Amino acid sequence: MSLLSIALRNLRYRKLASFLTALSMALGVALVVLVLTVSGVIEKSLERTSNVGYNLIVGAKGSPLQLVFNTVFFLSQPVENVPYSYYMEYLPGDGRQKEYARLGGELKEPQRSGLYSFLMQGGFAIPLCMGDYVGEFRCIATTPDYFGLLKHGDRNDQEYRFERGRNFQDYSEEHGYFEAVVGSQVAASMGLSLGDEIFASHGAESGETHGQGFRVVGILEPTGNPNDRGAFVNIEGFYLLEGHVAPERDEESGLEKRGTAQGPERTGMLSRVRLPIDKREVTAILLKPNGFAAIGMEKQVNKTKFAQAVSPIGQIEGLLGVFVRPLRWALLALTSLVVIVSAISILVSIYNSMNERKKDIAVMRALGASRDHITAIILLESLLIALVGGFVGWFVGHALGPLSNPWTMPATGVKIDWMSFQSSWEWWIVPGLVLVGTLAGAIPAMAAYRTPVSRNL
Amino acid sequence: MSKQQDRALLAIRDLQKHYEEPGGGRLTILDVPEFDVSRGEQVVLRGESGGGKTTLLHVISGIVHADSGSIELEGVDLMGFSEAKRDRIRATKMGYVFQTFNLLPAFTALENVRLGMSFAQGGLMGRGGSGGRSEQDRAKELMDRVGLSDRMHYLPSQLSVGQQQRVAVARSLVNRPILLLADEPTANVDPANQDRIVELIAQQCEQESVALLLVTHSDAVARRFSRVEQLSSINRALRPNPA
Repeated sequence: MSLLSIALRNLRYRKLASFLTALSMALGVALVVLVLTVSGVIEKSLERTSNVGYNLIVGAKGSPLQLVFNTVFFLSQPVENVPYSYYMEYLPGDGRQKEYARLGGELKEPQRSGLYSFLMQGGFAIPLCMGDYVGEFRCIATTPDYFGLLKHGDRNDQEYRFERGRNFQDYSEEHGYFEAVVGSQVAASMGLSLGDEIFASHGAESGETHGQGFRVVGILEPTGNPNDRGAFVNIEGFYLLEGHVAPERDEESGLEKRGTAQGPERTGMLSRVRLPIDKREVTAILLKPNGFAAIGMEKQVNKTKFAQAVSPIGQIEGLLGVFVRPLRWALLALTSLVVIVSAISILVSIYNSMNERKKDIAVMRALGASRDHITAIILLESLLIALVGGFVGWFVGHALGPLSNPWTMPATGVKIDWMSFQSSWEWWIVPGLVLVGTLAGAIPAMAAYRTPVSRNL
Repeated sequence: MSKQQDRALLAIRDLQKHYEEPGGGRLTILDVPEFDVSRGEQVVLRGESGGGKTTLLHVISGIVHADSGSIELEGVDLMGFSEAKRDRIRATKMGYVFQTFNLLPAFTALENVRLGMSFAQGGLMGRGGSGGRSEQDRAKELMDRVGLSDRMHYLPSQLSVGQQQRVAVARSLVNRPILLLADEPTANVDPANQDRIVELIAQQCEQESVALLLVTHSDAVARRFSRVEQLSSINRALRPNPA
């Protein structure tokens, strides 16, 4: 018999102890693999989300991270607004003049182009108004360009597609101002189908519900980005809702003037009169400037008093570096401790068996086994437990990822494949297990090595 | 080879073994001026318990190192050998039958017999797959010869005491030793089985041309053999101290 089969027989003889110690090792390694996978999912999910299809977000001065959280992830508290006329400064070409012609209202120097128009040539600016909720989901008021111009996916080359229906329209005789598109999760969670009306609640989930609803005309295909969790309504309709009229602001400070949030006289909610420019505000502007203009533009915008421009990719990278990656290391350290604990349980299990096995060891020695033979058998036993347990854990850890796809994929948009997120140093698991198994076996093996023969026969 | 070496397979000269006593001082356990066993010879050492019988067998097998003297096996003195070398000699040239059988509980009867072969080979990995067939055959042959071919895959706990000792006999012979050491092999066997065990050991040794050194306190066992030595006559440590 080889020493390996002798070691196997010994493990089989102490089935329960062998099984339990191997199980604890399996759990430890499965946890390590899971941490690697989960942190990989988080990282990839953040990275793919930061691939938003625009380079800059412009919003009111404040926390850049909050602006990104709010705009990209639909998380955190809604931020302050900037005047609509400020948004118009970013419209490419003669967009500013056209917008004035379309909407009317008070505007200084209505005949000039936007301040940043020349930097925006060939790009786009999309306005967002946020702050309302539809059920538990954020309501995002925007223009049809949001789904028409933005793309998504890992390489940012996929157009937004509708599982059912179509994009909302700015206005038409037939459809009016009040159309909406909902993300796949919103539709699933609220049981929405085409033609249903959704109602935005003002300012918070628990806010007062607006009397005017939006008709769902499109349900997005799952994208794996936060848009799955968004309820998108036509910005023109949004401006017509109660309480969505901008207050007047102090020109110097940009601060609101109290009691000025009054709209013009309108005959009814379904008035075809659009809210004029000076009564409008936007929460964020999504910008895709021309070529490499983004960096210079970011600096320029940040010099202004009330607005800031942030790069979502930069913010998300910062988030990864400051928060996610250190957290992964902390989790890895914790789970490595679990592996060490299971290594100790191997040690204890084998060491405890040494007392009853002293006689067996003496007999094997009497049959001609050298001290090295005995040491090797004990080390093989602990190595077998560590390796078998470890591989089972590795397998389970990797299997849990793909098995959890039905739950994690809608939330993160990341499909976990069998071998996904296998970082290169996952290959250290095998040598690591050998090391752990050897260390765990070393103390009992020493005890076995020293077992006196004649006294135990 | 000299005539002397040819005659004596095992030659012991002036062998001494002492144990330190707890209160200081030394207790002499073995003091054997001369003791020989020839090739294929069957010798019984008769003596009461506590007479150093087991210690003598441990010293001969190299499990315990003697303090002085010489133990020659086939003309080679084992006294100067390292422990590892003595382990090798024990594995390849000697068989051992214990008073308490000492079968390993985790292994079947056949595996216990094969276990005896595991350490005879040099490498740490023991005999692998290639040697497995002939090893298996040899183990099965011995199980057959001790009359247990139908119990090969039983665990020791599933065998009777007499059957366990027969497995132990098979195990001791599996490496084709030149010397079989048997330490009270019938002490734990019921009387009905004692004769059969002794007969089995004697027969198998004869068949395999293995020299046998059997220690016992039993006259009944001793009667079976032609050469019976009283332990007290070869071990001076047992004689009353003249001083």
